[in-house]
Amino acid sequence: MQRRKRQFDTAMKYSLLFAALASMLIVLMIGVFTFREALPAFRHIGLEKLLTEPVWRPGQEQYGILAMIAGSGLVTLGSVILGVPLALGCAIFLSEIARPRVRAVVKPCIELLAGIPSVVYGLFGMVVIVPIVRQIEVPGNTGFGLLSASIVLAIMILPTITSVSDHAIRSVPKEYREGSLAMGATKWETVSRVVIPSARSGIISAVVLGLGRALGETIAMIMVIGNSVIIPAAASSNPLTIFLSRARTLTGNIAVEINYATGLHQSALFATGVILFLLIMIVNSSARYLMSRGGMRKSG
Amino acid sequence: MKLRTVKQHMAFSAMWVACGLTLAILLVVIGYVMIKGFALINLDFFLTSPRGGLSGEGGIASTIIATVYLVITTLVFATPLGVGAGIFLVEYADSISSRFVKKLVASARFGVETLAGVPSIIFGLFGYALFVTALHFGFSILSAALAGTCLVIPVIIRTTEEALKAVPMSYREASLAIGAGKWETVWKVVLPSAVRGISTGIVLSAGRIVSETAIFYVTLGGSYRTPTSLMSSGRTMALHVYYLAMETRAFDKALATAAVLVVLIILLNLVINTVSRWLSR
Repeated sequence: MQRRKRQFDTAMKYSLLFAALASMLIVLMIGVFTFREALPAFRHIGLEKLLTEPVWRPGQEQYGILAMIAGSGLVTLGSVILGVPLALGCAIFLSEIARPRVRAVVKPCIELLAGIPSVVYGLFGMVVIVPIVRQIEVPGNTGFGLLSASIVLAIMILPTITSVSDHAIRSVPKEYREGSLAMGATKWETVSRVVIPSARSGIISAVVLGLGRALGETIAMIMVIGNSVIIPAAASSNPLTIFLSRARTLTGNIAVEINYATGLHQSALFATGVILFLLIMIVNSSARYLMSRGGMRKSG
Repeated sequence: MKLRTVKQHMAFSAMWVACGLTLAILLVVIGYVMIKGFALINLDFFLTSPRGGLSGEGGIASTIIATVYLVITTLVFATPLGVGAGIFLVEYADSISSRFVKKLVASARFGVETLAGVPSIIFGLFGYALFVTALHFGFSILSAALAGTCLVIPVIIRTTEEALKAVPMSYREASLAIGAGKWETVWKVVLPSAVRGISTGIVLSAGRIVSETAIFYVTLGGSYRTPTSLMSSGRTMALHVYYLAMETRAFDKALATAAVLVVLIILLNLVINTVSRWLSR
């Protein structure tokens, strides 16, 4: 009886170990499968050509993803410019200024913002933001493009950046604040010169995590960015009009074409996936590195 | 002195504005979708299926069924794996003595962290390559659920871990002291105390599947007909919103479907918040 129980315990232990290893296996399989499918593209097109060729015309065997890299990069930049100040303001407000009762109301609202499906943000972008952007009078402006996409994306990354930075600011020890206040600093001086500098690595990793989310967003981007494979360029002498240009993201390139692509074209899409995957791995691990250096753990 | 307080006022007002603006955005997005959407919603909308025409006639009946079907199938795959992994990482991982198994545990932890950061389109791409094409499952609920499992496993593992860590050590010690085995302790003592926490993870995952579009766009096929088996193609409500907006340009119907989605997500969030408040009490 005792022995059977022990055998059963050991059996359970190893089946649970197997469950724990499933995630690792999935990661490995994703790596192997995407890479295997991308191999013909790397072999026949070459990594360098793939990355530097500005033309993507599958019908004529031209596979360059430079335009998509530019699209993803610019829209991420735009969303960070628009979203980060707002998110940091919210985080400082929540952690340092808001009374517990205000916090108890605002925090769930921000979590809700994170829970709204991206397709809803995309739809909202199409019916509300795009028509507003279309009002800007620049030749060729359809409303669909980098600006609309950046606005939508800024809203989508706001909750991530807010909650991770809020967590970072709140894990600054109370004594720091008390010490600063006791020396006669005002509350704002304490926040801006003591608390935020101490939470710096956590805040930076929050922004980097937001960046990762922005790079990975797919559906909302397809819906508002216009999906044209062009390297965005300014339409007039004002360089900011570059944001009115249509573009396509790396994620959008995969989603829009994968279901009908065959042969080298399909392989080139998998190569896009490999590059996106590596890009996001780099971004996320640098966030994790910053977080571990800052001595805090990411909250769920 | 005066300047310092003025500075403080200005800075704090800016924070107030940032927060107010964020809440305003939330209100505008939800408010707009609800008001525009509910104008079109009636009982018929829930009971009829989309007719697939270009103006987006019909309701969302078949998409509701597809969503439920997909959520259940995904959870059937993801829950045992995720909860099992969480149990192992909290209850067993620390007592491992073998060097090799320790390395495996470390790699499992790395796997969970990596998986949590992978963008969903990569899961879609992977699902398309492996399940749809290589394994010949085609565009189907099965392919989509398997790809969706990759998305929610880290969520379930993390919430399970949190829930198990919250169970006091003394429970385990008491159970082991009266002669229960390790698994008996986990099954009869630890899991029952953690079940609410674990269930929030499962609800959270259901929400993820309901909201996800990119993965299912490339693995589910998008048929507007009611799915009849695991091998049927289909479209979830989220996917329906996408097709209505992008392919038929039936924005009113898209907004109505989106309103249903938003209400569903708010309800799921309420469930999670209530359960976790109930837990921390």
